[in-house]
Amino acid sequence: MLTFVLRRLTYSLPVLFGILVVTFTLARAIPGDPCLAVLGERATKDICESFFRRNGLDQPAPIQLLIYMRNFAQGDLGDSMRFHRPVMELLVDRLPTTVELGFFALMFAISVGVPLGVLSAYRHKSAIDVGTMIGANIGVSMPVFWLGLMLAYLFAVLLKDTPLALPPSGRLTPGANPEPFYLALGWVAEGEEPLEILRFFSRINTLNAVLTLNRELLIDALRHLILPAVAVGTIPLAIIARMSRSSVLEVLNQDYVRTARAKGLRERSVVGKHALKNAMLPVITVIGLNFGLIISGAVLTETIFSLTGVGRTLVDSITSRDYTLVQGFTVVIAAGFVLINMVVDMLYGYLDPRIRFN
Amino acid sequence: MADAQPADLAPEANYRSASLWLEALRNLRHSPSAVLGSIIIGALIITAVAAPVFATHDPIKTMIGVPGETGRLPSKKPCIPLFGCEDQQHILGLDLNARDLYSRVIFGTRTSLSVGIITISLSIVAGTALGITAGFMGGRVDNVIMRLMDVVLAFPALLLAISIVTILGPGLTNALLGITITFIPQYARLSRASVLSLKEQEFVVAERALGASPLRIVLAHILPNAITPIIVQGTLGVGTAILDAAALSFLGLGAQPPTPEWGQILSESRNYLFTSPHLVFFPGIAIMITVLGFNLLGDGMRDALDPRLNRS
Repeated sequence: MLTFVLRRLTYSLPVLFGILVVTFTLARAIPGDPCLAVLGERATKDICESFFRRNGLDQPAPIQLLIYMRNFAQGDLGDSMRFHRPVMELLVDRLPTTVELGFFALMFAISVGVPLGVLSAYRHKSAIDVGTMIGANIGVSMPVFWLGLMLAYLFAVLLKDTPLALPPSGRLTPGANPEPFYLALGWVAEGEEPLEILRFFSRINTLNAVLTLNRELLIDALRHLILPAVAVGTIPLAIIARMSRSSVLEVLNQDYVRTARAKGLRERSVVGKHALKNAMLPVITVIGLNFGLIISGAVLTETIFSLTGVGRTLVDSITSRDYTLVQGFTVVIAAGFVLINMVVDMLYGYLDPRIRFN
Repeated sequence: MADAQPADLAPEANYRSASLWLEALRNLRHSPSAVLGSIIIGALIITAVAAPVFATHDPIKTMIGVPGETGRLPSKKPCIPLFGCEDQQHILGLDLNARDLYSRVIFGTRTSLSVGIITISLSIVAGTALGITAGFMGGRVDNVIMRLMDVVLAFPALLLAISIVTILGPGLTNALLGITITFIPQYARLSRASVLSLKEQEFVVAERALGASPLRIVLAHILPNAITPIIVQGTLGVGTAILDAAALSFLGLGAQPPTPEWGQILSESRNYLFTSPHLVFFPGIAIMITVLGFNLLGDGMRDALDPRLNRS
C-alpha cells in the first residue's frame, strides 16, 4: 500500500507543476502592460520600473516562474488588483461558501443517486428502472444555470405563501450575524485575531451552527442551501445513478452472487453484502470525477443565487480584468481538484487490492 | 451452374467487408434511444437550416414603432399565445428589447448546433493527431504529449475554458476555441490507446514489413480501426460542448448581444425571472432538448458499435 501511495504521489507532482506552469503562462499571455493595469493609465516610466522590480517582473521568465512557485508554496498568491487585498485572504473569505455548497450538492447526488441506481438494477426493466433512466438522461442534459433559475422561480414565486417556499438568494436571512464558534467556545478571546483556519471553518454556516448548537441558524442555513445544492447536484446525481445501476447489474450476473443465492442466503444479504460492496468500487471513481462538475456548477449557480463564493468572485474578476485573482483562484481550484482525485485513487487502491499491483 | 461457386463466395465476402457498419446501422435501428436521438437531431438540423422559414420575425429586429405591431413588452404583463393570451403576432411573446422570442430561439438553433459540431470536430482532429503521434512514436514524444494532456485534464473543464476566454477576450469564436482545448485530451487518450493495441497486430506488422510509410500505416490501417470509439465519444461530446458554450454565453463570455444564442438569451433575461419567466424557460428547454438528442444518439451508438458491451 505504501509503494502505491508513493507512486500515486509522484504521479501527481508533475501534474501540479504543470498546473503552475500553465497558470503562469496564461497570466503572462494576457495582453496589455501589467503595470498600467495595476497602477492606472497615468503611471510614469519610473514608477513602472520600480513596480517591475518590486514584483520581480524585471527578471527573466524562468526566474519569475521560480518566484511564482516559491510564493505559491508559501501560500502567497499576490494581491488582488480590484480588492487591494491579498488573494489568499479573499480565498479564506469566499471558499467556505463554495465548499459548503459543493458538499451538500454531492451529498444530495450520492444519497439519491446511489439508492436509485441500485433499485433500478435490482428491479431491472421495471417501471422504476425505466423511469430512473429517462430521468437520468434528462438530468444530464439540463443546463445547471437554467435549472437553478427554474427552481428559484418555482420555490420563491409560485410556492411563495406555502410552507414549501424557499429563499432564492443569499446564505442566511439578511441581518443574521452568527457568532463564530471560536468565540462561542472561548477558543479565541474577544478582539483577538483568530487563526485563518478557524476563520475559514467558522464561515461554513452549517458547521458553525452545529458547533455552537444554534438550531435556528442551522435551519436557516440549510433552507438557503437547498435550491443551489439541488441545482448543482442534479447532473452528478444522474451520472451516479447510471453508474451504480450498470455496476450493480454487472455484479448481479457474477458467479459468486449465484453461488451466494444457491447457498440459500437471504436476498438481503446477497444484495447487501455480496453485490453492493463490489459494485460500489466504480461508483467511488465516478464520484471523484464529479468534483469537476460540481466546481463548474458552483461557478454558474453562485451567480444565480447571489452567493459570494469562489465561482462568482472569479467570474466578476474576469469582467473587471483582475488577473492576479483569476490566476490565484484558478491555481488553487485546480490543485484542489488534483488532490481530490489523488485521494479518490488511493481510496480505490485501498478498497480494491488489484489496482495497487497493476 | 458454372458460376455457382463464385456467386456463393462473393456475397459472403461483400457482407463481411461491410459488416461492421451495416451491423451497427441495424443495431441502431433497434435501439429506441438512438432512434429518438436521431429524430431530435434531424428535426434540429432542419430547423437550423430552414430557420428563416420557421421564424416569424427578424430575430434581431426591435418591434417598437413597427406599423401594425401589437406585441406587449414582458415588463407590462407578458402576453404569450401559447399560454392562452390573445395576441397572435408573437407565439412566445417579446423579449426585453421588444424582439420576437420565438424567432430568436429558432435562430439560436443555428448558433448552438454549429458551435457544438465545430468544437467537437476541431478537438477530434487535434486530439486524434496528438494521440496517434504519441502512440506511434512512443518514448519521449509520447511522454511529453500525454503529460501535457494530464495537465489540461487537471483543470475542471469549464474553469479552463473560462481562463482561456479571459485571455483571448469574450466572444463566440474564443469561447469555441477555449472549449475545444478542454476536449482535446479525451480524444488523444482514446486514439493513443487504440494505436498502442493496433501497433502490434499482425496486419500492421505485415504492412510495415512490406515497407509501407508510417503515414500510410496510420491513414490506411490504424485510423479506420480506431475511429469507432472516437465517433461515439464525439457524439456524446457535442451535447457537453453545447452546454459549455451556453454556460460561457450565460456568464457573458461567449456569444455577445444581439446574436441569438440560447445561453445569451437566458443571461440577458435572468434579472426578469420573477416577472417574465417565459424568457428564461424557452431557451433553456431548447438547450435541454438539443443536448438530450445528442446524448441519446451517443448512448445508442455506444451500444450498437461496441460489441464488447452487448451483454444481453
